[in-house]
Amino acid sequence: MPAREKVIFEYSHPGRGASDQWPAEPPAAALADLPAKLRRARPPELPEVGELEAVRHFTRLSQLNFSIDTHFYPLGSCTMKYNPKACNQYAMLPELLARHPLAPESHGQGFLACMYELQEMLKEVTGMQGVALSPMAGAHGEFAGVAMIRAYHRARGDLKRTEIIVPEAAHGTNPASATMCGCVVREIPVNAQGDVGLEALKAAVGPNTAGIMLTNPSTLGVFERRIEEVARIVHEAGGLLYYDGANLNAILGKVRPGDMGFDVIHMNLHKTFSTPHGGGGPGAGAVGVGTRLMPFMPLPIVGKEGERFRWLTQVDLPQSIGRLSAFMGNAGVLLRAYIYMRLLGRDGMRRVGEYATLNANYLLTRLKAAGFDAAYPERRASHEFIVTLKRQAREHNVTAMDFAKRLLDYGFHAPTTYFPLLVPECLLIEPTETESKDILDAFVAAMSQIQKEAEQEPERVRGAPHTMPVRRLDDVRAARQLDLTWKPAAQP
Amino acid sequence: MAFIPHTPEDVTAMLAAIGAKGIEDLFDEIPANLRVKSLAGIPEELNEMAIGRLMTERARLDGAPLNFIGAGAYEHHIPAAVWAVTTRGEFYSAYTPYQAEASQGTLQVIYEFQSMIARLTDMEVANASMYDGASAMAEAALMAVRANRKSKSLTVLVPATVHPHYHQVAAASASNMGLKFLELPYCTAEGITLVESLKKYDGQDVTALVIQQPNFFGRLEDVDALTDWAHQRGIFVIAVVNPTSLALLKPPGEWGTRGADIAVGEGQPLGVPLSSGGPYFGFMTTRMAYVRQMPGRIVGRTLDVSGREGFTLTLQAREQHIRRAKATSNICTNQGLLMTAATIYLSLMGPQGLARTAAASHARTRELVAALTRVPGVRLAFTGPYFHEAVLLLDRPVAPVLKALSAGGIHGGLDLGGYFPELGAALLVCATETKTQADIERYAHALGDVMQTARAA
Repeated sequence: MPAREKVIFEYSHPGRGASDQWPAEPPAAALADLPAKLRRARPPELPEVGELEAVRHFTRLSQLNFSIDTHFYPLGSCTMKYNPKACNQYAMLPELLARHPLAPESHGQGFLACMYELQEMLKEVTGMQGVALSPMAGAHGEFAGVAMIRAYHRARGDLKRTEIIVPEAAHGTNPASATMCGCVVREIPVNAQGDVGLEALKAAVGPNTAGIMLTNPSTLGVFERRIEEVARIVHEAGGLLYYDGANLNAILGKVRPGDMGFDVIHMNLHKTFSTPHGGGGPGAGAVGVGTRLMPFMPLPIVGKEGERFRWLTQVDLPQSIGRLSAFMGNAGVLLRAYIYMRLLGRDGMRRVGEYATLNANYLLTRLKAAGFDAAYPERRASHEFIVTLKRQAREHNVTAMDFAKRLLDYGFHAPTTYFPLLVPECLLIEPTETESKDILDAFVAAMSQIQKEAEQEPERVRGAPHTMPVRRLDDVRAARQLDLTWKPAAQP
Repeated sequence: MAFIPHTPEDVTAMLAAIGAKGIEDLFDEIPANLRVKSLAGIPEELNEMAIGRLMTERARLDGAPLNFIGAGAYEHHIPAAVWAVTTRGEFYSAYTPYQAEASQGTLQVIYEFQSMIARLTDMEVANASMYDGASAMAEAALMAVRANRKSKSLTVLVPATVHPHYHQVAAASASNMGLKFLELPYCTAEGITLVESLKKYDGQDVTALVIQQPNFFGRLEDVDALTDWAHQRGIFVIAVVNPTSLALLKPPGEWGTRGADIAVGEGQPLGVPLSSGGPYFGFMTTRMAYVRQMPGRIVGRTLDVSGREGFTLTLQAREQHIRRAKATSNICTNQGLLMTAATIYLSLMGPQGLARTAAASHARTRELVAALTRVPGVRLAFTGPYFHEAVLLLDRPVAPVLKALSAGGIHGGLDLGGYFPELGAALLVCATETKTQADIERYAHALGDVMQTARAA
């Protein structure tokens, strides 16, 4: 990888600029109506660089990244699969990019048709009765889902139900989203096989239970086998079931959350439906609901009357939890998901779940054969699985973090490390369906090589990475001596 | 088509290694009655050629109208370099930079973004982005509750002149946490929030005051007086600002005697296409004293073990993956790619280019207002200065006028009837640097024709 790149402010020269991109300067009189006391006294200190300088700078920065387009990226729970180029190209047609969010519906029938069909396809593939597209990320969808659960209980006058049950292995967003909805979080343990403990669940539910948030397959990379029993227990106690769609890729086209008994789900379209992760977003967290929660869906939603499409509003859904974005959410992301689903079609959808599972089980088998310990050796992998390096940490003082960093030197993005928290020294590995057997074999070879290094020259692993633009960073210094914005005085 | 590279030989070899007879065996832990029977509602696959054709047809249906709608989303020129670089796979297909050593590109872009946004708003620190301007305002209200320890009331004053959708998003996002949003009336002659309207809150426990500049009507609020009123009473000030306007208008850090406490806004004007409403990004800045109450990702510069400078996610103890139920927010994925586009946009514009964009947009809007108010039956709704957006009053209902204009390929603005019925037939119009004199004349002519036809009818 290239060496580090200067901060853009270090390229700046007063008076330089990409002036070909600027509009002509209007006469000063054009601003005469703006009172001086509301004007800015000094111009903002933005960088002043030429267009080529800027293009080179940001291109070089891009080259300091690992990405799906350049590297195998088996980041568990994130579903880093190939983002087809066609999805980007056809979501960026000029008319679609230029359309104003408040443009009349008459000039949006093409766009609205795509959104309506996306809603319909998502309903079908998840087994839900209604879909709303506006939440802008997984956590935003979680918020919408829990808010609907609260609204449902409130509408029934059942005001005590404010407790959300979450398994201890859940994503951090689950308890955080529940809290933002004003709920109290109650964590329950999972058993040694990775399933929710039914006794603990029975003990936890009651008249205060609003619902339970589950990921299935769970964050432990195994399918919750007694899901129907879980659903029965929660429903009988008067609670609702929330499905965190982070791991939907594992079961796409094979099992539907609606059929498992879930009342509300969110889907991470940037995972399962292959819209780009963009270095941390934009995502899209569409929500699906069963009949009971349909009146509470967030707005806007696309409706169809005859052959025409229109936005549904508060008038159509007076009990809606309301609006979660200034307009309709991440429309361009939704278009990419739509295109992806149309490219795959019904057979492709099924193949996703199948080959994601095949790749994970193959990789798990090969790693076990190479001497690595599975966290749940008796279980099938779903689309991901956990390897624990507890033994390596004890025997060689080489941790999961050390393995992760050394993998970077071998040209592989690290798996998710230290999540879920209840498995010590863990790597959560998700290969996705778009990787070939050759890549998986190469990953196993790299892991075996690192294991050998851990035994023979452990300091090499502990000191990794050695080939990146930087070595391990001092996070303590970062948090104590906060340097969050560039300042000329701070330069050496 | 599912972008799966396996050959039949691969599958055979992989199943043999696993010890399974077929792929179906891998699902044997799932109860048989739960297995999907059919997905009849999903169409058959399309190849890339067919999807290209379908999308091109759909896009053509939406047409290429001449747009004069603003209202929180603004049509600006976007240099080709912005998206040519942003859509490079190394940015487009990377994820949140958890592995710092393999993500220095994204991390440095965030650091540069934080630096630029902090300078633009004249605040001390910025985060890596929020979902959009509306959700950023809701998060700012929640943050003010945490940061303003003197206030216990969870009460936030929001002027009616703040974007109506932002009011709705704040209520939907923060009411469950017990926040109360109280709407402040505006002066119907001037279209702004008067300090006198705040007098009734004197002596009451109020957590924060939101001030949008320019406000939803495009009018400029007296930000200094409003800010000082709040600060004299221990009330936090949350600024909601248009980033383009900040090249010309006083930044939130300089409002009043002490400056705003939190500044947020919609980042879309900075190189992000209109795209039916998203993906956009929200930005959020504050003072260093409150950085630990901020939601979202923050990047810091530090040193590696060999003393080289590098970038990493920092202050993560605020975030959901560490603090879980006690996090400052549930936000995880944000709007990284749009933040990247904005950083490139701001680099190409620089202080001069952004100031010219703001000035040209304002000049065009003044020309537009002048041309449209020459049409009989059209007048300006409010006295006083505005920025690149203004409210017009018509002497007849707005909806049929807009419909007739739209039939001629002109989107003439936003009908405010549903939002501010007390204004009567009110129309919010906007022009940016993208509009030419000919465009403005075309709109004025068409409006004249439509108004005359309506009068004759």
